[in-house]
Amino acid sequence: MNVVPPAARGFRQCLAALVAAYNKPMETAESRSEAPFATDRAALLRRLQWTLPAHGLLSAEEDLRPYECDGLTAWRQLPLAVCLPENEGQVIDVLRCCHQLGVPVVARGAGTGLSGGAMPHAEGVVLSLARLNKILRLDPTARLAVVQPGVRNLAVSEAAAAFGLYYAPDPSSQIACTLGGNVAENSGGVHCLKYGLTVHNVLRLRVVSIEGEVFEIGSAAPDAPGYDLLALLIGSEGMLGVVSEITVKLTPKPELARVAMASFADVGQAGAAVAAIIAAGIIPAGLEMMDKAATAAVEPFVQAGYDLEAAAILLCESDGAPEEVAEEMARITAVLTAAGAGEVRVSQSEAERLRFWAGRKAAFPAVGRITPDYYCMDGTIPRKRLAEMLTAIAALERQYGLRCANVFHAGDGNLHPLIMYDASQPGEWDKAEAFGAEILELSVALGGSITGEHGVGIEKINQMCVQYATPELETFHRLKAAFDEGGLLNPGKAVPSLHRCAEYGRMHVHRGELKFPQLERF
Amino acid sequence: MSRVATLDDIVAAIRAAHDSHTPLRPRGGGSKDFYGGLLAGDALDLSGHRGIVAYEPSELYLTARAGTPLAEIEATLAEQGQMLACEPPHFSGATLGATLGATLGGTVAAGLSGPRRMQAGAVRDFVLGVKLIDGTGQTLDFGGQVMKNVAGYDVSRFIVGSLGTLGVIAEATLKVLPRPVAEATRQFACTEAEALLWLNEWGGQPLPLSASFWHDGRLSLRLSGAAAAVAAACRRLGGEPVAEAEAAWQAVREQTHAAYAGPLLWRLALPTSAPPLALDGLRASEWGGGLRWYATDAEPAAVRAVAAAAGGHATLYRAPESLRCREGAFAPLPPALLALHRRLKKVFDPRGILSPGRLYAEF
Ligand SMILES: Cc1cc2nc3c(=O)[nH]c(=O)nc-3n(C[C@H](O)[C@H](O)[C@H](O)COP(=O)(O)OP(=O)(O)OC[C@H]3O[C@@H](n4cnc5c(N)ncnc54)[C@H](O)[C@@H]3O)c2cc1C
Repeated sequence: MNVVPPAARGFRQCLAALVAAYNKPMETAESRSEAPFATDRAALLRRLQWTLPAHGLLSAEEDLRPYECDGLTAWRQLPLAVCLPENEGQVIDVLRCCHQLGVPVVARGAGTGLSGGAMPHAEGVVLSLARLNKILRLDPTARLAVVQPGVRNLAVSEAAAAFGLYYAPDPSSQIACTLGGNVAENSGGVHCLKYGLTVHNVLRLRVVSIEGEVFEIGSAAPDAPGYDLLALLIGSEGMLGVVSEITVKLTPKPELARVAMASFADVGQAGAAVAAIIAAGIIPAGLEMMDKAATAAVEPFVQAGYDLEAAAILLCESDGAPEEVAEEMARITAVLTAAGAGEVRVSQSEAERLRFWAGRKAAFPAVGRITPDYYCMDGTIPRKRLAEMLTAIAALERQYGLRCANVFHAGDGNLHPLIMYDASQPGEWDKAEAFGAEILELSVALGGSITGEHGVGIEKINQMCVQYATPELETFHRLKAAFDEGGLLNPGKAVPSLHRCAEYGRMHVHRGELKFPQLERF
Repeated sequence: MSRVATLDDIVAAIRAAHDSHTPLRPRGGGSKDFYGGLLAGDALDLSGHRGIVAYEPSELYLTARAGTPLAEIEATLAEQGQMLACEPPHFSGATLGATLGATLGGTVAAGLSGPRRMQAGAVRDFVLGVKLIDGTGQTLDFGGQVMKNVAGYDVSRFIVGSLGTLGVIAEATLKVLPRPVAEATRQFACTEAEALLWLNEWGGQPLPLSASFWHDGRLSLRLSGAAAAVAAACRRLGGEPVAEAEAAWQAVREQTHAAYAGPLLWRLALPTSAPPLALDGLRASEWGGGLRWYATDAEPAAVRAVAAAAGGHATLYRAPESLRCREGAFAPLPPALLALHRRLKKVFDPRGILSPGRLYAEF
């Protein structure tokens, strides 16, 4: 699997970005964030030098460059400095220093985020947690692990494997992304339909506030007293505090897993098959869908054995005791066949199962090989409206003249349309962005959400104005202020200012009346 | 007590309380009046604001108004072979003085889960969205009906367990799940220590465990899942089959079992691996050892200290008013956390009119 950290991105991509930057004035952090900050860079660096060892502070432009963006490469911004603390004490010191000087702080894990959440602030520092990368404790009896935020997702499961345990949420980026990033985004994976998202698998956090105060929230025991701060912190995109330690739940590894691969001649049928599986009382361990454009991109890359004639394929996994898997697989196969699947193949070995999944897990990089750039979307919709959404996306492809491959966490209605574009062509990124915005707004109109697992970041900040009304947005701002009164943590991200929404609203209204007039309103 | 039927009534009642700085206490079926801090403020009876608003079995969600009885919701789900997997208690027994039983709003506000919690998740794990009227009378919609939604802070889950101190939950959407195809219960004669040892060992294996209950030298274990898997696990684990198991689990869930009787009951939440505690009066344990019930005369501070030393926390679950008033129901928060709680309370209820003191005496 290739998840490419931004530091190692290919020459071609960098060139494309440079050309694009030349061709159009890039929207910068400030143009989307409202709060004005004016940092005295020299004073800041002096203070940080007292706080961190020399190798823990980067300030030369060539050292800052690798941090200018996260996985959403279209958005870039150099920070004033990058801090690389090695322990919680240094995290506290950096935050105190920034708090005193009124300097914005953007926390960063591995930088694989896809919504620009870790994109730096022009007047601020990046606080990288990458060096806090130790598994502090692994308790096989209590089935939990205590880890630092920079530990990679997969490293937890690797360490737990010796005890027959694993950490269930498995984002496709799991070889690179960190637990801190997972917590900040409430990340999911292909198995979260049955095993839950990050929020269902984290027991306790240590969080450092912008003032440098440490909070312990949650507990290794169930139902911690007081408000459910875990729920608030998980998915808060680095806006409320910096996570410095995480206790996760470990799950026993199922004895056996098998995956069925079903081909459908029609995407509507595939969508209906997803609903039929759930309606039959089955909660598969994973239920994923790929359309023809996605399988065509993936197959030459990984030779997963996908049916390239099919309009869509479904991958449906069952796990558990061998008896259970046999029983459930028989039911799954029957439902898929009754739903009109042309062919259903069930993996006959672990190697084959991994091969069927390899294609799905490599879908993003595979699409990345057939197009200079791609833009990954992340809306969620009610499962029953999958076909409608796909039809709409096909129409948008024609309207914008851009291709789109579709990969879905179908079981929980989470779409990942991958819009293909070429950043070196003037105007293409704008088109891709507008195309994406329409998909997100359509997700809301269909009764869903603008983001299932990638977060709002800077990317979907305008669409937040579509999903929420003023009273909810105001509540979000007040919540933020309860943690970070000065608004120093990740300014301009995740929650739009009301001013921005008013602007965005005006822009939309004069373009036409209601969007998607063909849809029933909710 | 004022009774409200519509959303407009709720909003009007909160606005009036806000304007006059009068404390108000949202109440569903009253089945959990005994739980938490003392009751203060006029009761706002939400049992009239009821009804299932939307239920789509193949989308795995159900939306209902706050006053909808859990009994009605579960009957509707059962018709489609589905359930609330967190098994929240109804507490509808006449002995508990609440004939209506738990409502959806109270279930979300109290956040109490039942026997299936350790495997399936707690109430908060199933909340997808809420309609909340805050302490100023504003109507707020958070979350939605889809399984995944990370837009904005997760307020819907955050308010679970807030006991009416942050807003009136007017409507909630829960994720629902299919009922397991098969269930079986096995019983084992063992000491508390043996039970804990076994439960932690089994918990680390891929077994379809769905509930545990230890009381008076007997451990009951429920297995749920595919028929073949349940049968295989029963063979592997041994133990005695149990007749009328469903009624027995019902008695645990509803706390009508003798283990929960009496005027004083402590609820200790612990890491499952915590060894038996040096505390007298153990009545029962559930959740693979993660939840232990005590009826003890020990000083409250001592009970709390024992729980904390074991990595958990103790709740004065049921107690005479005087004791609850003096000790508070929930383990005290460290100062920094308490200050944060106060700020968060202010976000939703700036005048502090909603259920003051129900969670902590300080707000
Ligand atoms: C190829 C590919 C596949 C992906 N597949 C999935 C998938 O299947 N499911 C999924 O959910 N996501 C997926 N993602 C998105 C991404 O990997 C996740 O969002 C991941 O959790 C980000 O982790 P990170 O360590 O890279 O965080 P970063 O990108 O560095 O940061 C993400 C956000 O978290 C904040 N943050 C980071 N660390 C901390 C901390 N310690 N305290 C507070 N805030 C912090 C940052 O400020 C930022 O807002 C994928 C990305 C790629 C590139």
